[in-house]
Amino acid sequence: MLRDTLKTLLAAYGPSGKENTVAETVKNLISAHVDSMRVDALGNLIVEKLGSDENGKRIMFSAHMDHIGFVVTHIEDNGYLRVNNVGGINPQISNARHVVFENGTEGVLYCQPLKGEAMMMKHLFIDIGAESREEAEKLVQLGDMAVYAPDYFELGEHRVASPAMDDRCACALLCELLMYLDDPRNTVVGVFSTQEEVGIRGAKVAAYSVQPDIGIAIDVTAWGDTPDVTLPSVQLGKGPAVKFMDASMVATPAVRDAMLKAAEEAGVPAQREVLPFGGTDGAAIQHSRAGVPTGTLSIPCRYVHSPAEVIDMRDMEGGLKLLLKFVENA
Amino acid sequence: MDLKQLCEFHAPSGDEYKLRAALLEEAKKLCGDENVRIDRMGNVLCFKKGTEIGKPHVCVSAHMDEVGFIIVGATEDGLLKFRCVGGIDPRVIVSKRVLVGEDLIPGVIGAMAIHLQSAADRQRVLDYDGLYIDIGAKDKAEATAKCPPATYAYFDTPYTPFGDNFVCAKALDDRVGCYAMLRLMEESFPCDVTFAFVTGEEIGLRGATGAGYTVRPDIAVILEGTSANDMGDVPPQFRVCEAGKGICVSFMDGASIANRTLYRDMLKIAEENGVPHQVKRATTGGNDAGAYQRAAAGCRTIALSVPCRYIHSGVSVAHFDDIEAQYALTRAFLKNV
Repeated sequence: MLRDTLKTLLAAYGPSGKENTVAETVKNLISAHVDSMRVDALGNLIVEKLGSDENGKRIMFSAHMDHIGFVVTHIEDNGYLRVNNVGGINPQISNARHVVFENGTEGVLYCQPLKGEAMMMKHLFIDIGAESREEAEKLVQLGDMAVYAPDYFELGEHRVASPAMDDRCACALLCELLMYLDDPRNTVVGVFSTQEEVGIRGAKVAAYSVQPDIGIAIDVTAWGDTPDVTLPSVQLGKGPAVKFMDASMVATPAVRDAMLKAAEEAGVPAQREVLPFGGTDGAAIQHSRAGVPTGTLSIPCRYVHSPAEVIDMRDMEGGLKLLLKFVENA
Repeated sequence: MDLKQLCEFHAPSGDEYKLRAALLEEAKKLCGDENVRIDRMGNVLCFKKGTEIGKPHVCVSAHMDEVGFIIVGATEDGLLKFRCVGGIDPRVIVSKRVLVGEDLIPGVIGAMAIHLQSAADRQRVLDYDGLYIDIGAKDKAEATAKCPPATYAYFDTPYTPFGDNFVCAKALDDRVGCYAMLRLMEESFPCDVTFAFVTGEEIGLRGATGAGYTVRPDIAVILEGTSANDMGDVPPQFRVCEAGKGICVSFMDGASIANRTLYRDMLKIAEENGVPHQVKRATTGGNDAGAYQRAAAGCRTIALSVPCRYIHSGVSVAHFDDIEAQYALTRAFLKNV
């Protein structure tokens, strides 16, 4: 079940650069459904499901395992931790949050009093309940990373919220795709990539080694359906979005159109997405080696990069059907 | 070559010729002619075969280029207009001596005398549009004939050991790394090692991007100089690293996140071998680790940096103990990998 897979993945700890727990979770979910699995130098989990047709295409799907977090840069004498952001953290949104480290150490992220300045990372600290540096150092070292504490709750019939929705929902979609694909004609390479949030790093080296004929990134996109937000014109529950363009790439027209056609044939409503900012693993795949025809499938997601990122399961189900049809048609 | 000789070479990004030639000569002596080459980006790549089989291939890399200046034109009255090559804060260059071009023509970066400045002028930071290099030319024709556009200019600062085992010099970033590599190249290690002296780091990790594709190591160890701010009223929580407190091991910066296992191993090896070390406590800036990590199918990376105060100026300051620790930790790592 898509929702169960998603829940399992959302619970895994995995800021950029420390995605191994997510990779293990993915391995457990899909090992019975793929022909090979390997982890590369950057921690990307690369799995292959071989196609039956030796002249078939090699299609790479990429979903990033990492999410944003905080890295410890200093431990104060009284046991408080100073942190910097890992990826696009908004300090205002992070104030007064429950955070957790890899070893389970929990903390409260809080802001010191501001003296007329805008809130910045340098004003934030983590309280892990330690009363001295020595006590803190038993729990946390410099360079350790914290994330918003895992959470999962349902909003109404279709919607779910979690801090790691970006991009575990795509990981869930890719896992399900690999589970549902039954003896495909084309070879499908699933890349569960690393370090997307710090600059699309993992997918770059994965695309180099995978050498696909076609690339598809799966990621969340922004939303245009809450008070005073109208752009991008993408809404939750109206189907997955086929990306035309963002700041990092213009989707290859043939791939984009094949995705729209797959949606139509699968009876799935699909939205057309133009995002004036942002980027996905798609850019890294498209620009790999001599270039790879690439598109991006987006799951509309509200409150991206907050502890409550919200998606609609109907968009996920539509996305799965679209991708299955896409692989069949390619 | 010692550190003094290395720092005295002038080699801003794109103008590394003389230093490269010298490094090439040294490398041939240390690694053998057949194991040394220059690639298309101008990097010097030196291979040392390992003494054991089955060890990972390690690339140890330092950049040979430094920050400097490039001439872009001249005014009617013979002053040279220029821009920086790599990031140089214009506040640190006013009234500094420079050398211009291959003939090392003496020059000075001038600014209007305080007597002639308005109150508003004194509040303003001069930028490159408002600064000139004066080489004493009588007019534009003379200035342009001696120093046509694209001529490089260099900090003219003597290499000066001082105080309690500190050294003040230009180009410590990253001649300290080059110096450690030349010392390391005197021995063999269990693993295969490629020593890479790379170009163009200061203008965007450019040489290393090519070297990473060519070398394709399993592990890249980047030897660097990094910004120390152990000075003035910087509170402890914002101190990136401190000169004299040991070699910096980085867990993350703006260009890369260190491989977690390498990072932990490096701290452990430093501990076991009694090498003074500290963790670099900032996540800004970037170095060649970013380029190596993401070249081709990627590799595991870690950066070991000597803390340098006043980095990217003509008077950067480092501590000899940290310079020694960079060598010692890299050596211990290569023995243990």
